[in-house]
Amino acid sequence: MESIVARPDLLEVKDLQVHFAARLNLLNALFTKQEAVVRAVDGIGFQIRRGEILCLAGESGSGKTTAGKALLRLVEPTGGEILFNGEDIRVFKGRRLKQFRQEAQIIFQDPYESLNPRQTVFSTVAEPLEVNGICACLKEKEERVTEALEDAGLNNPRELFLRYPHELSGGQRQRLAIAGSLVLKPRFIMADEPVSMLDLSIRAGILKLMVGLRDARGISYLFITHDLSLAWMVSDRIAVMYLGKIVELGSADQVIKDPLHPYTRALVSVIPAPRRKSGEKRALLQGETPDPVNIPPGCRFHPRCPQAGSRCREETPTYTEVQAGRFAACFYV
Amino acid sequence: MLSLAVNKDALVLFKKNLASFWEIYRRNTMGLIGLFFLIFFGLLAFLGPHLVSVTTLVVDGVTQTLHPPTPGYWLGTDNLGKDILAGLIIGTRVSLLVGVAAATISMTIGTIIGIVSGYYGKTVDALLMRFTDVFLVIPWLPLVLAMAALLGPSLGNIVFVIGITSWAGTARIIRSQTLSVKERPYVERARAIGAGGTHIMLRHILPNVFPLIYANTVLVAAIAILSETTLSFLGMGDPTRISWGMMLHYAYEMGAVINMAWWWLLPPGIFVVLVVLSFTFVGYALDEVFNPKLRRRDL
Repeated sequence: MESIVARPDLLEVKDLQVHFAARLNLLNALFTKQEAVVRAVDGIGFQIRRGEILCLAGESGSGKTTAGKALLRLVEPTGGEILFNGEDIRVFKGRRLKQFRQEAQIIFQDPYESLNPRQTVFSTVAEPLEVNGICACLKEKEERVTEALEDAGLNNPRELFLRYPHELSGGQRQRLAIAGSLVLKPRFIMADEPVSMLDLSIRAGILKLMVGLRDARGISYLFITHDLSLAWMVSDRIAVMYLGKIVELGSADQVIKDPLHPYTRALVSVIPAPRRKSGEKRALLQGETPDPVNIPPGCRFHPRCPQAGSRCREETPTYTEVQAGRFAACFYV
Repeated sequence: MLSLAVNKDALVLFKKNLASFWEIYRRNTMGLIGLFFLIFFGLLAFLGPHLVSVTTLVVDGVTQTLHPPTPGYWLGTDNLGKDILAGLIIGTRVSLLVGVAAATISMTIGTIIGIVSGYYGKTVDALLMRFTDVFLVIPWLPLVLAMAALLGPSLGNIVFVIGITSWAGTARIIRSQTLSVKERPYVERARAIGAGGTHIMLRHILPNVFPLIYANTVLVAAIAILSETTLSFLGMGDPTRISWGMMLHYAYEMGAVINMAWWWLLPPGIFVVLVVLSFTFVGYALDEVFNPKLRRRDL
């Protein structure tokens, strides 16, 4: 297989920001002048190449899901640029936006919630076709739906047509959700923790399916997860997010085997491994992720960082390319 | 043809759903009683004119007036010698018709306003909900009386007036359910496949608020029947048709109380109460069937 690095970009994100106006309680609203802003995503940048699986990893509250949804315009970005195939998707409207939605699809975390309980399997998968006016005739629609269900690894799709989601198993549901995306033949899929709600035994099948689709059709993925070992298994490159910013980005092997940023190091050290060298210490992080309304000054990781010095409290480290293809934001790299 | 197979299977599916619905509904005693009475009144409304001879309702000057119940005139006669039982049976049709028709109008308005308001939120929500508030706080009876007086006494007008004034509570209920449904991931998924507002409201929100609509329609129908009775009793009813409210109206006006003619005053009242109760029972039962949280566990 040709090197992923050599492939052209499908998606390029520059300085993406998603800020929300925070709800103030009455006291604050009365006595403070400035508005509170939740800086969920605070200036991140990366590229996703054709057929690449980029993993966005981080703790809950790091803004990874918000960033992913902003890429699909399910959440409106407040700043920055998102280039899909060279075009800025932030200006898309009406028909162009609809066209973009066919090319960029989403897989949700919880297949028990992401499927309409009152919609049959057929109707769930046929709906994207109907919404986009793709095939008018029922027979053609049935063929496309059958094909999508088969591609998603569901056997005997025609027998499932009139089942409701609650009659399917968790793994089947997630496959159904994937079929609902595949039926539009997308080039990019944002997968938001696609296996975290599934039984361990089913996970491998779903992941294999996703990687298989990448290999067969060149679909690119943004794979969002909090589980670094999972990220290592499926992705080509990993970006680690902390409190709205990417702190480290590099190839999956590099990031896991030789993490540069103290935050990544802490995350990597807690990956359960069967043959951990005795004496090797786990770096357990103290405290919780700070509130994205009150982001600490300087390096936003410094209150929890084992290495933090005085400089970290005052200056913000820049996110730079420290080695070829490796980015990090830390003074001590 | 494959498509035919899909249609045929859809019918099987519908039967399956109906069967499972009945399986839960039949365990609800209150619901069964309500359903029994509703079927009874439904048959009465449907077959009414065939059950009684019209001559008993014609003022002939021969039949004894204000006669207590006797064989032949099971519920006695009124001050003009008309058979009370025949009037009751004929009146069922008007009461049920008004109830169902007004409830349909009311639910349609309430559902549309509730869903649109809840889905779009912001300005749309604020405007529609303030409009709803107006209907909620206006004293209902004077409004209805004024409208009925303005439009004139006909059955259609009564249905219209009741329907147009009773949707506010429904709009509130549907709106709150919409607010909850629209945050579900499958609505976000629908947006991700490019669906617009109308599509999402029709395909995803409406089906998921429908159980509430069913249950609520039945409850609103009960209120509508009561409203029709009230209007007719106050003399705003359609004078060309016999309804229970109209019977009560004449009974009251023509001195049923002074004459101690209980057989004239009580039966229409009891019928109104029975119909309203049976609608309410069915409404609560439906609510319980569709809302698993309210369902009792049978051990």
